[in-house]
Amino acid sequence: MISISGLLGQAFAIALALVLAPLLSGWVGQCRAWFQSRTAPPLLLPYYQLQKLFHKDVVLAHGASSLFRSAPFVVFGCMVLACAIIPSLSTDLPLAPAADALALVGVFGLARIFISLAAMDVGTSFGSLGGRREMLVGFLAEPALLMVIFTLAMIAQSTSLPTIVETLAHRELVIYPSLAFAGIAFTFVSFAENARVPVDNPATHLELTMIHEAMILEYSGRHLALIEWAASLKLYAYSCLGLALFFPWGIAAGDNFLALVAAIPLLLLKLAIGGAFLAGIETVNAKMRIFRAPEFLGTAFMLAVLGLLVRMLLEARV
Amino acid sequence: MPGSLLSIDVLLIAACAWLAIGFLGLVAPRDTRFISKLLFPLGAAVGLAVGLVALDALGGQAQTAVLVIGLPDLPFHLRLDNLSAVFAVLLGFVPAGISIFAAGYFREGEGTAPGVLCLEYHVFLASMLMVLLADDAYAFMVAWECMALSSYFLVTTNHHHAEIRRAGFLYLLIAHVGAIAILLSFGVMTGGAGDYSFAGMRAQELSPFWASAAFLLALVGFGAKAGLVPLHVWLPEAHPAAPSPVSAMMSGVMLKTAIYGLLRVSFDLLHATIWWWGVVALAVGLVTALFGVLYSTVQSDMKRLLAYSSIENIGLIAVGIGLTLIFHAYRMEALAALAMTAVLYHCLAHSAFKSLLFLCTGSVLHATRERSLGKLGGLIHRMPWVAWLALAGVIASAGLPPLSGFVSEWLLLQSFLFSPGLPHPWLNMVVPVAAALVALVAALAGFAMVKFYGIIFLGQMREPGLKDAHDAGTWEKVGLVWLALITLLLGILPSTVIMRIDAATRQLLGTGLADKLQEQGWWMLAPISPERASYEPLIFLVTIAATVLFGRWLVRHLYHGRVRRPSAWDCGYSFQGPRAQAPAEGFSQPIRRIFEPMFRMQRHFPTARDTQPYYSVKVEDHFWHWLYLPLAKAAGRVSTLIVTLQGGRIAVYLMYSFITLLVLLLVARP
Repeated sequence: MISISGLLGQAFAIALALVLAPLLSGWVGQCRAWFQSRTAPPLLLPYYQLQKLFHKDVVLAHGASSLFRSAPFVVFGCMVLACAIIPSLSTDLPLAPAADALALVGVFGLARIFISLAAMDVGTSFGSLGGRREMLVGFLAEPALLMVIFTLAMIAQSTSLPTIVETLAHRELVIYPSLAFAGIAFTFVSFAENARVPVDNPATHLELTMIHEAMILEYSGRHLALIEWAASLKLYAYSCLGLALFFPWGIAAGDNFLALVAAIPLLLLKLAIGGAFLAGIETVNAKMRIFRAPEFLGTAFMLAVLGLLVRMLLEARV
Repeated sequence: MPGSLLSIDVLLIAACAWLAIGFLGLVAPRDTRFISKLLFPLGAAVGLAVGLVALDALGGQAQTAVLVIGLPDLPFHLRLDNLSAVFAVLLGFVPAGISIFAAGYFREGEGTAPGVLCLEYHVFLASMLMVLLADDAYAFMVAWECMALSSYFLVTTNHHHAEIRRAGFLYLLIAHVGAIAILLSFGVMTGGAGDYSFAGMRAQELSPFWASAAFLLALVGFGAKAGLVPLHVWLPEAHPAAPSPVSAMMSGVMLKTAIYGLLRVSFDLLHATIWWWGVVALAVGLVTALFGVLYSTVQSDMKRLLAYSSIENIGLIAVGIGLTLIFHAYRMEALAALAMTAVLYHCLAHSAFKSLLFLCTGSVLHATRERSLGKLGGLIHRMPWVAWLALAGVIASAGLPPLSGFVSEWLLLQSFLFSPGLPHPWLNMVVPVAAALVALVAALAGFAMVKFYGIIFLGQMREPGLKDAHDAGTWEKVGLVWLALITLLLGILPSTVIMRIDAATRQLLGTGLADKLQEQGWWMLAPISPERASYEPLIFLVTIAATVLFGRWLVRHLYHGRVRRPSAWDCGYSFQGPRAQAPAEGFSQPIRRIFEPMFRMQRHFPTARDTQPYYSVKVEDHFWHWLYLPLAKAAGRVSTLIVTLQGGRIAVYLMYSFITLLVLLLVARP
């Protein structure tokens, strides 16, 4: 049943996500600058930007409808829910039964639909271009992500995220080849979904290459702040999901307070390594043409399906 | 209880009431006010009654009735069991919304007189109800044909246009090919005993060969009505041709009667014992779903887009039926129940959201007289009601939480997920690939829906005339709100709904999900156990809504709410006309490029020397060129051969008679 400590843990997980997400983005930016021999921006830069944007006036185009104004809030709400149900510190999450791993993919899908529709709302050439490309990346990445989740769900015999994490964290040391396929596919998908370098460039405003930036071009002020915050929450959610699925050690099982406290530094360490890894990949890769993205994500999809097949055919008795 | 009214009697009275309302339309066939403001709302009230009675009958004992009409030896047998009750619920509640909408929609008589239209519409409703109630092959076929004919006349309402007549003819043709297959299937199922009642067919022990023949014939027959590839070609022609309430009725309700028929034949009458039937249904369903969704993404006509999306959804339902057949044949009843629930749930969900979307296109069509996506845009400013209600349909249709489409998709994916352990290694390999394709279809559906919604309702208006567009009228709004409400309730109360429709699953498979669901609260959907999989749409919705409201409140109180409204920035480009937005063709260009072999395209690219450069693309259905045109050509060739016999000279005909007589005298010697 739902316990007080569970509720507190849940609230703490959400608060931590809200606070840590911009920090993670700042850390990735800093690492990227170091790897590229540039002077690094301050670690807290995303917070300064959020603060600045919240204080600015909203500049709203004439053609913007109420959907355009409500979309940032909906996207932000979806990302908060996603962060709430992904076990980052502990598996005792009262909100977790509300959405299992399949519904988590649905949450990301819902956010994507809203941001794409908002992009088309003002009716500029860049907006519809961005919306179209985002949906393109989405329909390629979403099945791959689902297949990754299917593989893990088959191992854990469950689609509930806490159960998957508990099963994987406390299993005997058996090597699952399917997990390797799933892990690579997941990495590919998370690059695409978070608009990172091989697929999109978060730092560009070059018209022909952008996806995410093209969509949010018309946003400003507090709306833009919410979207930026939601984007960093998405990155945080994907990082935590990847850590929980493939490196689940250290996540507290049940409502164990000491384990929860011990999980915090471990999470920070894992996120720091993960962020540096992401920055490294972004440094050694160049952004590909938009029509190479289907090949990239198609590879991810194939790898994920391969992982599932390996799981079903070779490991069925493990 | 003697003397009291059984549910089946009430439903029969409702069917008669629909017929009566229809014939009342003939009293004053040109009086639009009388027909639209009185008769259609009455029809909606009858629909509501049908829905409530069927909902009440769910879970009860099967009720039978025998009518005095019919053939001398074979009166109409009727039966209301749980399977028919589930579909009768759908046939009650969804048409209630469509009829209310129609009350506002049929304002001026275009084509068919309103009174005649009212008759066809209500005969259509009554015959669909009779299809669900029929308990012998004869009654079933009579009702089925009434349904096909009345819907044919509805499709050809605007019969002054040649293309609409052509679409109607195509529909009628394929409907009859299907009807022949169904009739043959029933013939096979009697097993030569000559008993055409369903009870007699149920008792027959057919050999596997004949049972498979009956199943395949039924799959072809009902597949023709439902729109399974390759018999889908009538859908994208008939739906744009028909008036929008009729498209909504056909796509939302009539396609489901075909699913009903398929379930009735394969599970109830044939007892579904052979595993490869499931593989056939699964394969056909996958091809249909993928084909439907790909073509729906590249359409430029909003009703054609929705028609192809219906094909996709029927494909997903067929995938669910296939899985159920496989599990049932291997006696894995818990999984079969999961897949069957997904099938029934998707029937309900699709029925509501697709009707909603078709009705929204009706409102747009009325307001703008335009069906082509390339001439719409920005309607959210002029038609906020329609736009926001359509958004509910779009989210459900894209299979996203927390609305209805996601629940059935979730159930379907769950049944895929727990399928390992099939005693057939080959099947174990097929299932993950099928699951991957279903995931791809679901994601592509999102693309199609963003295109549909974004191009119609968002952006700048692509034509100056759209400024005069007006929102839907009150009747239309009520109908739309009703359907959106059903979509929402199906989305957030899955457990409650599944507990009701579980009786049908139990009837077909002997086991259901209700016991498992009863252990948890009504807000939680956990068909196996909460540790394995759970989904709580209400909490899901509340969490997101709470975050949105709290965020809004916080932002409003912590910061100033200043807003400036200049023109759009768009990276500083000065030309910001409506032509700068991606049109329908441009939006789907990535799909055409990635899935190029799937389409048959005719493109014209502008060259540098063109004085009037233009780009055009026309996407055609492969099946026309692979299947239908060769068939038509062959039929033409055969008829030319036959025509040579018909010289038109009386002497030749007399000679034919003479020769026939001689041959008969030779053959039939005593």
